Amino acid sequence: MSGPSILLLHEVTVSFDGFRALNELSLDIEEGELRCIIGPNGAGKTTMMDVITGKTRADRGKVMFDQNIDVRRMSEPEIAHLGIGRKFQKPTIFENLTVFENLELSMKTDKRARTSLFAWLDDEANDKISDTLRLIRLDGEAGRQSGLLSHGQKQWLEIGMLLMQDPKLLLLDEPVAGMTDDETARTGELFKSLAGKHSLVVVEHDMAFIEQLGGKVTVLHEGSVLAEGDLATVQNDQRVIEVYLGR
Amino acid sequence: MKRVPFIVRFFSATPKQGWIAIAVAAVVTMILLPALHLLVPAGSPFHVSAYVITLVGKIMCYAIVAVAMDLIWGYTGILSLGHGLFFALGGYAFGMYLMRQIGRDGSYQSDLPDFMVFLDWKALPWYWTGSDSILWVLFLVLTVPALVALIFGFFAFRSRIKGVYFSIITQAMVFAAMLFFFRNETGFGGNNGFTDFKRILGYSITAPEMRVSLFALTAAMLLATLVLGRYLVTSKLGRVLAAIRDAESRVMFIGYNPLHYKLFIWTLSALLCGIAGALYVPQVGIINPGEMSPANSIEIAIWVAVGGRATLIGPVIGAFIVNLAKSFFTMAFPEYWLFFLGALFVGVTLWLPDGVVGLWRKLREKRAQVVAK
Amino acid sequence: MIPRIFLLLMLLLGCAAHAAPNPALVRQLAAEESDDKIAAIQKLALTAEPEALAVLQQLADGSLKDDKGEDISINNRVRRELEGALAVLKLIDPDPVVRFAAVKEIAGNVDAAMAPMLAKARDRETVPKIRALLVEIHAAATLKDPDPQVRIAAAKSLASSADPNTQAMLKAQSEPANETEVEVRRAAFQSYLAVKDRLTLAENIGRVFSGLSLGSILLLAALGLAITYGVMGVINMAHGELLMIGAYATYAMQGMFRSYFPDHLDWYLLAAVPVAFFAAAAVGVLLERTVIRWLYGRALETLLATWGLSLMLIQAARVIFGAQNVEVANPTWMSGGIEILPSIVLPLNRIVIVGFALFVLALVWALMNKTRLGMFVRAVTQNRAMAGCVGVPTGRIDTVAFALGAGIAGLGGVALSQIANVGPDMGQGYIVDSFMVVVLGGVGQLAGAVWAALGLGIVTKFIEAWSGAVIAKIVVLVFIIMFIQKRPQGLFALKGRFVES
Repeated sequence: MSGPSILLLHEVTVSFDGFRALNELSLDIEEGELRCIIGPNGAGKTTMMDVITGKTRADRGKVMFDQNIDVRRMSEPEIAHLGIGRKFQKPTIFENLTVFENLELSMKTDKRARTSLFAWLDDEANDKISDTLRLIRLDGEAGRQSGLLSHGQKQWLEIGMLLMQDPKLLLLDEPVAGMTDDETARTGELFKSLAGKHSLVVVEHDMAFIEQLGGKVTVLHEGSVLAEGDLATVQNDQRVIEVYLGR
Repeated sequence: MKRVPFIVRFFSATPKQGWIAIAVAAVVTMILLPALHLLVPAGSPFHVSAYVITLVGKIMCYAIVAVAMDLIWGYTGILSLGHGLFFALGGYAFGMYLMRQIGRDGSYQSDLPDFMVFLDWKALPWYWTGSDSILWVLFLVLTVPALVALIFGFFAFRSRIKGVYFSIITQAMVFAAMLFFFRNETGFGGNNGFTDFKRILGYSITAPEMRVSLFALTAAMLLATLVLGRYLVTSKLGRVLAAIRDAESRVMFIGYNPLHYKLFIWTLSALLCGIAGALYVPQVGIINPGEMSPANSIEIAIWVAVGGRATLIGPVIGAFIVNLAKSFFTMAFPEYWLFFLGALFVGVTLWLPDGVVGLWRKLREKRAQVVAK
Repeated sequence: MIPRIFLLLMLLLGCAAHAAPNPALVRQLAAEESDDKIAAIQKLALTAEPEALAVLQQLADGSLKDDKGEDISINNRVRRELEGALAVLKLIDPDPVVRFAAVKEIAGNVDAAMAPMLAKARDRETVPKIRALLVEIHAAATLKDPDPQVRIAAAKSLASSADPNTQAMLKAQSEPANETEVEVRRAAFQSYLAVKDRLTLAENIGRVFSGLSLGSILLLAALGLAITYGVMGVINMAHGELLMIGAYATYAMQGMFRSYFPDHLDWYLLAAVPVAFFAAAAVGVLLERTVIRWLYGRALETLLATWGLSLMLIQAARVIFGAQNVEVANPTWMSGGIEILPSIVLPLNRIVIVGFALFVLALVWALMNKTRLGMFVRAVTQNRAMAGCVGVPTGRIDTVAFALGAGIAGLGGVALSQIANVGPDMGQGYIVDSFMVVVLGGVGQLAGAVWAALGLGIVTKFIEAWSGAVIAKIVVLVFIIMFIQKRPQGLFALKGRFVES
């Protein structure tokens, strides 16, 4: 399998006051791929997502989206418009808005302030929101204030918000943390159905979930790639075992 | 679904009960009170005195400021401690016109305002050019506060100054502006500011007809502000603002640039304050740098908090409660006013986070539950 | 010592005889014509003898008699002349303090005619400081001498001056309109440049110093704020009022010492230090326990509530101490100053304050870095949840940290009472400034607060010198906003993904 690259990181380095959060990290995600990223705490997983989405600037290295778009100098909203969606570790939704409104705001559309002032929901948009509501199993909760949802529901809502953006690439930081086993399994199904249409990068600690997803796995350690391959391969890699179990 | 024209959507944002309330308020403020002031003789128990008209007119100006403050603080989560600046700038801009309308009736019988004669100035400074034209001055009222806000907001929001940082920076801004206006050389009357106004458009400013006209104009402006506010907070833009308040980083990652949204509402809020200031000055008859003292600006926040944040009627109620209390205290027990105001700040933040509107809603919910049982 | 005693003897003898000066001149003082009188006065003055001073003094007092034993009357014109002469003659007064004052006075309006007399006074003078001044004034007086060589010598010897008047004089002398000789102009100009450089340096030293003293005050105000803001993430708008409490505590101690220990009044300030600390800390604990604690995590609400508290504290101060400013006097050991150059005097009270700020800073540093309490406070600042998990009593640390911050503000109040007005509103002006220091320095960074406070103090003073206080304030504010554009986390802040959340 070797489709065109959707995201390419080349020798990216980020330091905070002398501490190297990312150390010449290189990574290549193919279009339609579902990639899992694991690694111990402080391996640089979240910093990597920060760099891709424009929250943190790389000191050195290249970050190319869709082969020829350099995102290093772009702002967060600009990167979002390119088609990169991001889910945070802690579910980040608009707690004082309803579930419906959360999805409405996320929808791919003209997002300038001028347009928003006169914006108007048409049937097509309504349908799309309804579809997503069904997909994330919140169709009964459309009018509910989203801050009142359960933790798992909030996670799903955030995933739904990502999908409304219709992104080419989804970055998901611990998407199943705090979910029940049942919810986790359903999330896995959802992700697998998304792969192909979208590219997904999933950061997770839950090995069972990663096994369920079944994609390629990349192990990060101290800001660079330690091992890459399918789950069984990396699990048997001596270096990976050392990093996780300690020397 | 058929595309509904903007104008219809604009007015349908306010619900039917809202329009009824607005109509009632309009009749009371634009017909009833003016009539009771003008037509009923002073001895009658139904006569509304000039004091009441001026006091209520003044508080309605404050209410516009409070609604403007609520748009930026209650709905967007940005606490400004410098809104007094925009209010005062609007006031000063209109004050320039009022000073020019004095003409040669000042103490020095000069074409120049008295304070300039006092400073031994021979001509108007360049920025007073055109201040004798009401159109130009109204243009200034609409643009100067908004422009100052736009520039300040651009730099502050662009560098992502948030929360208490932003609040303190705005306080520093209004403080610096106050010092600047205190200087005589600034050309706005220094310490004393502008006062002793005589006329607007040639008509005496102290005439009862002028008084009720300004009063009715202020009421109209307040009601218009509420209708505009209702549209804004129910529009998609309003939802984005609420989203910024809840989770600004998420807003960015779904592709909105919060800078533009914040700048829009911040500038609009300043614009409304400027208009309120311009209506305020002819009614109270004075504007001086004291309006820019940090204490005044922070008091605006307490009007909003008392009434209820993120509601539109709350700030209006809050402005009336606090300012009526102030009038009462400063007449009856002046030495206790600051204790009361201080306690209000503490009490509202500790026990009444949603203000009186929130309290009322809670009570109604409780009653509904009791009834349901 | 011996020459002074000798001089004194001479003077006493002169008084006793009051005939030692040329008797003809003394007699001429009684002449009919004012012009004659004036001539006599001038001649007497030029002798620069103490005896002449005594005679002229008597003439001024009206106690000088003529030959017939009648009082000599003088008109206004003569009196004016007489006063000028007396001022000159004070240069040879036996008391060095009087001489010094006289030199200072004359330095303001030197006249070429005074040159010989000044030379005499100079040669007679024994106190080095006064002598140096006389040398300078004499040179200034001879700058108009008809002999160009004398003028050149005068101009050259003025090069070592540090007096703004001398600078102006040399400048005038270096211009063709006032001086025909090129050589003199050149010498004058070179000396002018030398004096100018010296004066600029002196001015800059003065500014740096007043900047340092302003910075020390800012530091004292900001240190406490940095601790409370760092630990609790709370802007305490009543912080300025804690300064005020410290200042009023100082005032109260002054009153107590006046009533009970008037002999030791000078030491009230030392007693005020602990009292102010604990008074402000006690109020701080009260505020934290009753209000701030309940608003944890709601920064904007805390800001409003503490503003309310500050209003109440201000009004309380008005009720207790009155709305007027109260008077807090410097102890005698803190008044006066050190003169480093004629134009620059460093006031002693400000020097003490700079030292005091350093002392408090050292104390805070030691407390934060060398004690268990400091470790707890730092732990809570960095990660409250984790600190709680490992057994740090976060609630109690909040209270203690708040009390500490408040106490330090109280100490700032002690310092402030020595240089500024003490009144109910005094704290209001400092909250914005001290928060600016915290912002500029970076939250929770002691080193940052120090550099930011001193830097802001010095920069403010330099801009003030150039543009006035108001513009300086605006410029500094604009600068801080620009600075935050570049470094949102402040000068010394931690970078990284932990900061924002």
